[in-house]
Formats: sequence, structure tokens, C-alpha cells
Amino acid sequence: MMIERNIKHLISLTDYSNEEILELVKLGEKIYNSPRDYADTCKGQIMATLFFEPSTRTKFSFESAMLRLGGNILGFSDANTSSVKKGESVADTIRCISYYADIAVMRHPKEGTPKLASIYSEMPIINAGDGGHLHPTQTLTDLLTIHRYKGGLENHVVGLCGDLKYGRTVHSLIKTLARFNTKKFVLISPEELTLPSSLKRYLKDSYDVEIEEVRYIEDVVDQLDILYMTRIQKERFFNEEDYLKLRNSYILNKEKIKEGKGDMIIMHPLPRVNEISYEVDSDERAVYFEQAKMGVYVRMALIMKLLEVE
Amino acid sequence: MLEVKQIDNGIVIDHIKSGNGLKIFNKLELFKANSPVVLLINVESKQLGKKDIIKIENTFDIDLNLLGLIDENISINFIKDGKVIDKKKVLMPEKVSGLITCKNPRCITNSDDYVKPTFDLISREKLEYRCNFCDEITRYKI
Ligand SMILES: [Zn+2]
Repeated sequence: MMIERNIKHLISLTDYSNEEILELVKLGEKIYNSPRDYADTCKGQIMATLFFEPSTRTKFSFESAMLRLGGNILGFSDANTSSVKKGESVADTIRCISYYADIAVMRHPKEGTPKLASIYSEMPIINAGDGGHLHPTQTLTDLLTIHRYKGGLENHVVGLCGDLKYGRTVHSLIKTLARFNTKKFVLISPEELTLPSSLKRYLKDSYDVEIEEVRYIEDVVDQLDILYMTRIQKERFFNEEDYLKLRNSYILNKEKIKEGKGDMIIMHPLPRVNEISYEVDSDERAVYFEQAKMGVYVRMALIMKLLEVE
Repeated sequence: MLEVKQIDNGIVIDHIKSGNGLKIFNKLELFKANSPVVLLINVESKQLGKKDIIKIENTFDIDLNLLGLIDENISINFIKDGKVIDKKKVLMPEKVSGLITCKNPRCITNSDDYVKPTFDLISREKLEYRCNFCDEITRYKI
């Protein structure tokens, strides 16, 4: 039996209009400013966190969001230790869980799984990461941070630094920011890890946005409104030598941001390994810990919207 | 020249690129058909040089989407009482369900058999389809 109902999910931000995205970001900011006003909005509702692969931070962020809205949570954090047996279709799993919860958050190593689940679900599904494919609430988190610290999403010069080739977070952020009239993208990466040319072409063709590609942070830091750092993984290099040679160029320290604007913000999706020196933490332009905090508020906004409790 | 009689009722799949006839025969699982089926290969054609033809007797039911995926030049004639009553050109379908498998090994459609993978056409020239689940681009190969 299939019940035809119009349930809103968040599988990909491409399914959301600019207005819808902005609404979420603005609601997130409202909640951030007066969290007490929202403390009971989801009272009596249950959120299931279905983590078929572990991601403690993302799971906690969602759970914290639901608890702060007065709701309850249930879930698992690893398919191997849970009762979700291999061989059962996600369609079956989600139909059963629809009877236990009002909304579900799903992380899964296989790409497209939350989408599949959403087809058969009688409750809203939130994609909390599907393999190397999408992680839309990370992008919403980044957008709220930018909105909060830069006063809006439009007309920024956005520098992205590190692994721009494989980084799912970076691709999603670029594609979404481009929808909001970004003034310019400055892509800072080693030659081996530049943004895929297909994505560059897409940005040019669809948004006619200016793109500059450089190798070093110091060369462009003075023009940036936002500096978004990502990790460069050793495995991405053919040999240790290349990695060691390049590594230092992509580790942010006080020296490299000396020429940066006073109101530039420095972001990072966390966890960091060594790509931002600890000395940068005390710089008032560093907002990466606030960013993690914003993740909770934007998730609160999302849960409220999907449960239609606003 | 080899003579094959006209069929009175059924379908003639014409202008198949030489070499694809047998593949289509297999894809459509015509070896399971209840009625007579003729597969002609290397027939002379003004248009194509050489072509293949398939004739299926006593049926009017055929998967046009599948044929469109294989070769856009194929034409189909529906025959009744020895006369062509309808001609159809196949077209590459805008949406495909189940006929293609996603080339992305990490795609859920390759490990969960509950759904048929579905795709949207993104390039007619390159036969490219985008998976609705993982967004990976797959090229159709017969
Ligand atoms: Zn796929």
C-alpha cells in the first residue's frame, strides 16, 4: 500500500528554491538569537537518527537540535551493531521506522540511499550524508555562518582552499553560493587538486561568475571576504615527497592571513587535522567553531520546517 | 538474393544498423517469443549500406524506449492483413527506468534491488543518462 501524500524531504539542496534556502537560514538565525522561544516547538515528536555509518559529530548535531526543540530521539549509529540486517531493502526499513518516528535523519555509505528511502517514507527524510555524494545540512550550516557573520549571502569574494578536486563539501557550497550572486570565487589549491573542469564550466555557463585559480593563499588573501579551508589528504598524492613539499603551502597560520581584510571570516567544516594552526584560533576572524554551533541552529530550523511546526 | 516472405500481421523493425540485429534480438528476448520471428542480417540498404531487419509475427507490443536507446535510426512498421497500418520512428527516451544499470559501484541501485534505477537523458549525441539516485552519468551501451 502506498499512501499519496506530499511530504517534504531534504535530499539535495537542488530540490530547494533560493527562497526556501534563505527562509531556512533566516529561521536558523532567529532561533540562534532567541532559542528559548523555540524550546517546545517539537514537543511530543520523535526524530530517528539512522546512521548506517558512524559520524558522531553530525549525529550529535542533529540530536542536539531536536532536543533543543523539545523533541525526542531514537536511533543507531552503526549498521553493524544495530538490528538493521544486511539484505533488507532500505524501503522496508524506512516504512517500519515511519511507525516509530515523525522524522528521520539518514547517513548511509551508498550514494542515493536517502533518496530511495524518501520515495517509500511516510515521514520527512533528511540526508545527513550519502557516501561521497551529498551532505546538504553541512552546506546549510556554511550558509547560516556566512549569513550571520557577513550579513547576507550575496556579493562576496569567496576563497576556497585545499582539496577542491574531491571535496564534496566544497562542491556543494560552491554550487549553492553561486545561486546567490557570488561576486567571485578564488580557488586556491595545488595543481593536482584543482576544482573539476566540469564544475568550472557549469559555474561559467549557468551563473557567469568570475573565477580565479591560484596556488598560494598569500597571493590573494587581501581580496577575500570569506576564506574556506579544507583538508588535504595524504592519500590524494602519488608520492610522499610531493605531499610533504606541498603540505606547508596549505597550512593556514598567522603569517598567511596577515594581509587579509579585518572583516574576512575564516571557515572550516571540521574536524581539522593540521590545515589550520592552533595559533589562528585566537584570531577574531576565525569562525570555524561558531560554524559548528550554527550547524545545530540551522538543523533546528530544518526540522521545524519539515515537521511544519513553525 | 535470399527471399523472406512478407508477414501478414505483426511488426517489422527496420533500418537496424548492421551488427545490432542480433543484439536487439537478444535484448528483446525474442528467442522466448510464441510466434514466428525472423532475423535478417546484412541486408542491402540504400541508406545504410547494410542493415539488419527483424520481423515478428502476430504481435503489436514492443518496447519503443528500449529500441530508442539502442539506435535512433530504427523504424518500426506495424502490419495488418499484409498492409502497413502504422509507422513509428523510435526516439531516445527522456526518462529511462530499469533498462540501464548505474555505472557507479557506490550507487544504492546496485546493491538494493527494491527499486529500478531511473535516469534522465542529458545528451542525445553522447547517449548520456544521469542517475536519479546518485547523479552519476552513465552512457548506454547495447
Ligand atoms: Zn546511480
